[in-house]
Amino acid sequence: MSWFTNFLLSSIGQKLIMSLTGLFLIVFLAVHLTGNLQLLYNDNGEAFNTYAYFMTSNLFIKITSIGLYTGILLHAIQGILIWRRNVAARGTGYKVKKASDASFSSRNMGWLGVIIAIFLALHLYQFWAKMHFGTMEMINYHGYDYAVKDLYSVVDHIYSNPVYVIIYVISMIVVGLHLWHGFQSAFQSLGLNHKKYTPLIKGLGMIYTIVVTLGFAIIPIYMYLN
Amino acid sequence: MKLTLKIWRQTNANDKGSFETYNLDNISTDMSFLEMLDVLNEQLVTEKKFPVSFEHDCREGICGACSMVINGQPHGPMKGTTTCQLHMRSFNDGDTIVIEPFRSRAFPVIRDLVVDRSAFDRIIQAGGYISVNTGQAQDGNAIPIEKDTALAAFDSATCIGCGACVAACPNASAMLFTSAKVSHLAKLPQGEVESTKRVLGMVNQMDQEGFGKCSNTGACEAECPKEISIENIALMNREYLKASISSDKMG
Repeated sequence: MSWFTNFLLSSIGQKLIMSLTGLFLIVFLAVHLTGNLQLLYNDNGEAFNTYAYFMTSNLFIKITSIGLYTGILLHAIQGILIWRRNVAARGTGYKVKKASDASFSSRNMGWLGVIIAIFLALHLYQFWAKMHFGTMEMINYHGYDYAVKDLYSVVDHIYSNPVYVIIYVISMIVVGLHLWHGFQSAFQSLGLNHKKYTPLIKGLGMIYTIVVTLGFAIIPIYMYLN
Repeated sequence: MKLTLKIWRQTNANDKGSFETYNLDNISTDMSFLEMLDVLNEQLVTEKKFPVSFEHDCREGICGACSMVINGQPHGPMKGTTTCQLHMRSFNDGDTIVIEPFRSRAFPVIRDLVVDRSAFDRIIQAGGYISVNTGQAQDGNAIPIEKDTALAAFDSATCIGCGACVAACPNASAMLFTSAKVSHLAKLPQGEVESTKRVLGMVNQMDQEGFGKCSNTGACEAECPKEISIENIALMNREYLKASISSDKMG
């Protein structure tokens, strides 16, 4: 085996992949949230629909999105591989498990990931697949010389169902728990642990997690109530 | 004090093993945990039963032999101590105490509470040393080392290789042990010379032994009797990344 595959297959290399893909997805979530907050404008979906049109037609975004799909897959596959190995490494389990000093989210990253994957399948089916492959009403806003797909109405329709609102809010809490450990853990895996900067990273991670979780959770609640 | 003990009994590596319940009376709160087990074993011998096998050596917290999980915690409930430093005053009259061996595929049970931790020895053999000529001892001050550096290296070097990190880790990972051994040498000029070869060799051996992969839960540093910090793991991650990129070894 070459040194490179050796490195990638080592436990530290595998963690590096988890860390880098995780950080990439963290950046993505911030961008995704910023875009989606346009759903809160009361403008008949103009801001959001024209933004959605841009996100699906711009060449640079199209290329980046391939990176995003790869990132999600790598993070998920690598996560499953690590998880399987870790379960095998324990062998016989303990009879008594003390409520560990390790946080709830750090001990359950695998399960949280599985729930996120299931949520993601639903989420992609409801919006992403519909936007890319489905048919949608076209809408022409004043001042634009082209018509755009009315994704806003699709979102509005789904969030008028309280069942979906609850599913989305719970899923966001799960994402939040995953991020609670994931954010700071990504830096530790990269070897960044420093007396000066680690407390900053941890604080930033908490703020980021709270903002992202609340930000995403507010959208379905707000749209349902309106 | 009166105690009920639930102890894992297993005659050899191939035996399935199970928990046995024992009742003990007249245990003094001044006894150490291992002395309590000694009392149990004397009682078992008089009853013509096999005593419980457990490892112990120095009984002063520096050898790391007394590996067992007490009520779900390696080395029991006291922070920063080994089982031999744990005293019965940490328990209450009438308590039920569950004692299990360290659980890891890489630490097979030999008998009862005794596990085979030679995987750690093989990790050390894969690079946890420095190459020096034998002969007369060197002058202690021949290589000047800054006080803070010496202290940092010593903090890592206090690892006694007991395996509590593996036992406590939800993933049965040996990253804290391996990183402490990598760090205490990497922090000193004597160890820096072979640091590339060392970290590559030791991490490779650690993976081959079948330990799990670190997910930064921090359970290891919370249970470590020597309170080794996971900063060592970050340092090893850095060292490994650096070594993988800079080493001229192709395979």
